[in-house]
Amino acid sequence: MTRKQKKVLYRIILAAVLIVLISLLPLKGWIRAVLFLIPYLVIGYDILKKAILGIIHGEVFDENFLMAVATVGAMCLGEYLEGVAVMLFYQIGELFQSYAVGKSRKNITALMDIRPDYANMEVNGKLEKVDPDEVTPGSIIIVQPGEKVPLDGIVVEGSSTLNTSALTGESVPRDINSGDEIISGCVNLSGMIKVKTTKAFEESTVSKILDLVENSSMKKSRSENFITRFARYYTPFVCYAALALALLPPIINLLMGNASNFGEWISRALTFLVISCPCALVISIPLSFFGGIGGASARGILIKGSNYLEILSQSGYVVFDKTGTLTKGVFKVTEIHPEHTDKDTLLRYAAYAESYSTHPISKSLKEAYGQSIDTTLVADVKEFSGHGVSALVEGHTILAGNEKLMKENNITPSTPDGVGTVIHIAVDQSYVGYLLISDVIKEHAADAIRDLKAAGVRKTIMLTGDSKKVADSVAKTLGLDEVHSELLPADKVNQIEKILAEKPEKEKLAFVGDGINDAPVLSRADIGIAMGAMGSDAAIEAADIVLMDDDPSKIALAMKISRKTLRIVYENIIFALAVKFLCLLLGALGIANMWVAIFADVGVMVIAVINATRALATKNL
Amino acid sequence: MKKTYKIEVDCAACAQKMEDAAKKVTGIADATVSFMTQKMKIDFEESADESGVMSAVLKACRKVEPDCEIFI
Repeated sequence: MTRKQKKVLYRIILAAVLIVLISLLPLKGWIRAVLFLIPYLVIGYDILKKAILGIIHGEVFDENFLMAVATVGAMCLGEYLEGVAVMLFYQIGELFQSYAVGKSRKNITALMDIRPDYANMEVNGKLEKVDPDEVTPGSIIIVQPGEKVPLDGIVVEGSSTLNTSALTGESVPRDINSGDEIISGCVNLSGMIKVKTTKAFEESTVSKILDLVENSSMKKSRSENFITRFARYYTPFVCYAALALALLPPIINLLMGNASNFGEWISRALTFLVISCPCALVISIPLSFFGGIGGASARGILIKGSNYLEILSQSGYVVFDKTGTLTKGVFKVTEIHPEHTDKDTLLRYAAYAESYSTHPISKSLKEAYGQSIDTTLVADVKEFSGHGVSALVEGHTILAGNEKLMKENNITPSTPDGVGTVIHIAVDQSYVGYLLISDVIKEHAADAIRDLKAAGVRKTIMLTGDSKKVADSVAKTLGLDEVHSELLPADKVNQIEKILAEKPEKEKLAFVGDGINDAPVLSRADIGIAMGAMGSDAAIEAADIVLMDDDPSKIALAMKISRKTLRIVYENIIFALAVKFLCLLLGALGIANMWVAIFADVGVMVIAVINATRALATKNL
Repeated sequence: MKKTYKIEVDCAACAQKMEDAAKKVTGIADATVSFMTQKMKIDFEESADESGVMSAVLKACRKVEPDCEIFI
């Protein structure tokens, strides 16, 4: 608890003790009134002061005003205990609210505990701790086991494993070696490493992420704005209604010649005022959104504002980019088809023939081969651009390339049935088989699509620049509803426009991409989700939601979090308004007394706040 | 020009009042107050004198919420 909160707590305890003591004393009349004034002022002096200042500044109709009028009125009517109690419970409620909010704020910052406090620099042979802000790009910093990586950079010495869970929500440690890029905010687990920084602190990933999360509650959702507008009309309305309730019935009574019953109607009007306080709504809704955003960031999902959380929950259409989003974007040998030889030999020939090339396809061949290549065995390498290579390996002439290369050399290759890039191999003019290289679908991609469907997404669509054959095969494997292939980047925007025009207004369209080349589409969609964004500034800038790792199943998780958060928000709005209106009605009819009013005010607020803090829990989604 | 300030405010409604008050100050194009993160984001109008505008913002906020604090 802060100093301020403690002070309020002491005042609450003191006032409560005084109230009990005074109630037990067998006192009557004005002495009782004067004695009750003591706890009343102890607990309520600041509210009264604020109410008076508000009136002076022309800012009437806030909660302070409501509470001041209600309690002063009750005191005047001789309902001393009720008057003091309303003030006491109001303060308890406020204290609880401020404590709960402080607590969840702390929880969220703990989840996002990635801010590094220092960087180690070597000065005259000794390690010195310096402020990360002061480290210029290009400096060498040292990260010891157990420490956070303070700045983005490249490892120049040493190897270690990194815990990236604070950034990605991924619990499996990542190995890094000399030459690898390293991202700030990860925790170094095992060995000491030297890092050459590439960015200043404020440009580093960790600063960007913190900035993004901290500013997320600035972008307010429609529900939040609704409540703000609502409160603006609601409080004055209630005040006038209370005034009418206090005056009209007694005057009508008088005109009809009955007893006026002024006291009774004023008492009802005051009850009315206490019930009406809109605190429960005003606090619980931003708290829910904040919790949802915080909970999501703990799972490696960064959401740039409450409004995006709201739109995400309404998404009925999810459009994917293919490469890098649903597939890994790296080429891999997916099929080895030998003829008149065995798989290992075929792969070995391919890897050796391509050993001098740096093309991604050659790289994937070498990777699949997995053993070191003795380049002294390779001679006379010729590259035929767009066709393939020929090389002399251990005295044999190897041809590795596409169908055209084979035909030019009068070799008849087989026709593969798989999808992807084909490398045919011939040894000394005789065909020995082919290898198939293709982009690999991410492990969780199929689950992700299924989860999205289960979460209520109506249509999943894939857009890609890749060939129809490849695109259709991926779409079929993953169970996507629709696929548009062979698109240029501009076509993707047009396609999104078309889908936007066709879909029902209420169902929002989310686009998921890897942030490379698809910034225009990311911004055109109702909501843009960029994935695998660790370290990619462009993606963090362009998207509304950023997935820190490249696991597509996080999309469904984000959607579940958004749905849960919105459900909590609606629960609170409906619950608070229903209880309030019911109590207002009962209060006007004289059925609900001051004690019911206190529950309707403070009780509802406490329940709504507790419900709102549920949004933070995302573990079991 | 946009800038973010740390603030101290006790209740969500008070934060809303501060936001409304800050928006009315001359030299301010837009203002947002987040009760959750205890931050005020100010979008200054061009050619606005930052420190002068901010002391006016603080004054306006104190008027609606005497307890509040803006760390300028």
